Amino acid sequence: MTVHNLYIFDRNGSCLHYSEWNRKKQAGISKEEEFKLMYGMLFSIRSFISKMSPLDMKDGFLAFQTSRYKLHYYETPTGIKLVMNTDLGVPNCRDTLQQIYSTVRHTHTHTHSTLCLYSGNCLSFAAVCGVHREEPAVCAGRVSPERSVPQ
Amino acid sequence: MAIFSVYVVNKAGGLIYQYDNYVPRAEVEKTFSFPLDLVLKIYDEKLVVSFGQRDGIRVGHAVLSINGVDVNGKYTAEGKEILEYLKDPANYPVSIRFGRPRLTSNEKLMLASMFHSLFAIGSQLSPEVGSSGIEMLETDVFKLHCFQTLTGLFFPLILFDQNLKSALEIAEKAGAFGPGS
Repeated sequence: MTVHNLYIFDRNGSCLHYSEWNRKKQAGISKEEEFKLMYGMLFSIRSFISKMSPLDMKDGFLAFQTSRYKLHYYETPTGIKLVMNTDLGVPNCRDTLQQIYSTVRHTHTHTHSTLCLYSGNCLSFAAVCGVHREEPAVCAGRVSPERSVPQ
Repeated sequence: MAIFSVYVVNKAGGLIYQYDNYVPRAEVEKTFSFPLDLVLKIYDEKLVVSFGQRDGIRVGHAVLSINGVDVNGKYTAEGKEILEYLKDPANYPVSIRFGRPRLTSNEKLMLASMFHSLFAIGSQLSPEVGSSGIEMLETDVFKLHCFQTLTGLFFPLILFDQNLKSALEIAEKAGAFGPGS
């Protein structure tokens, strides 16, 4: 079971956080453009399924998979979107994404708080307020300095 | 496992075949008196509920028929504007049927092309080498499977997974509100 990367978007489409662990192929465009493309794709998928759906939906879009990876999606009622790419062996990541969101909200207090995710075969967190702790061999976390994950 | 609809899209993204095998959609018919407590607005040439969700009528549902006569977009069958008709207290009490709007052929063409692009973007944003496009897309109500042939045609299919509890609950509730029961 592998986790490739994780994106967190706010309701306006700006990327709040991006972490990468095991990514073998880059998209071939700059990171800003990739975030915009990812957000645009999710927005289009949501509007596509709301038109296509034969019955009224409750949770909406959950996940999609291709021949090599699976993308899991979780959106909070406030518009925060968490997106995780994993390999095909992962059944359902919604609970994990919900846990990530609740843990970050719970521990965040300062404006420059960062989220550091370690991963091997499982996800565990060290959310540090005000200090960014680097583990260069394992974790490459990127946070836009002006933004903070909102309460 | 039931198949809702089949679409066949060509290499350029254009829809070439489409077939619907629908399970009946949730529709609600109610009688209203003046003034109407729902807020309706015109969206995509249809009259859609924008506020006032209650009793099975949800935001996004469209007006399907008035007093038993099917409407024609935002006009009644006689050609009058529905919004004007509903502003006049002399026309009440009125019985209106709401439900999920059906897709027109134009909308199906647009959605098929949109899916074609999403399929390609799914492959571009892949963190792994050699990924295909979207093969399976899952929501809480339906699953969309897509098969791409070697010649570039692709077949998105919408399936209704009968093991999904939430979908069954929705269908049961829809049955309870239907006009016959």
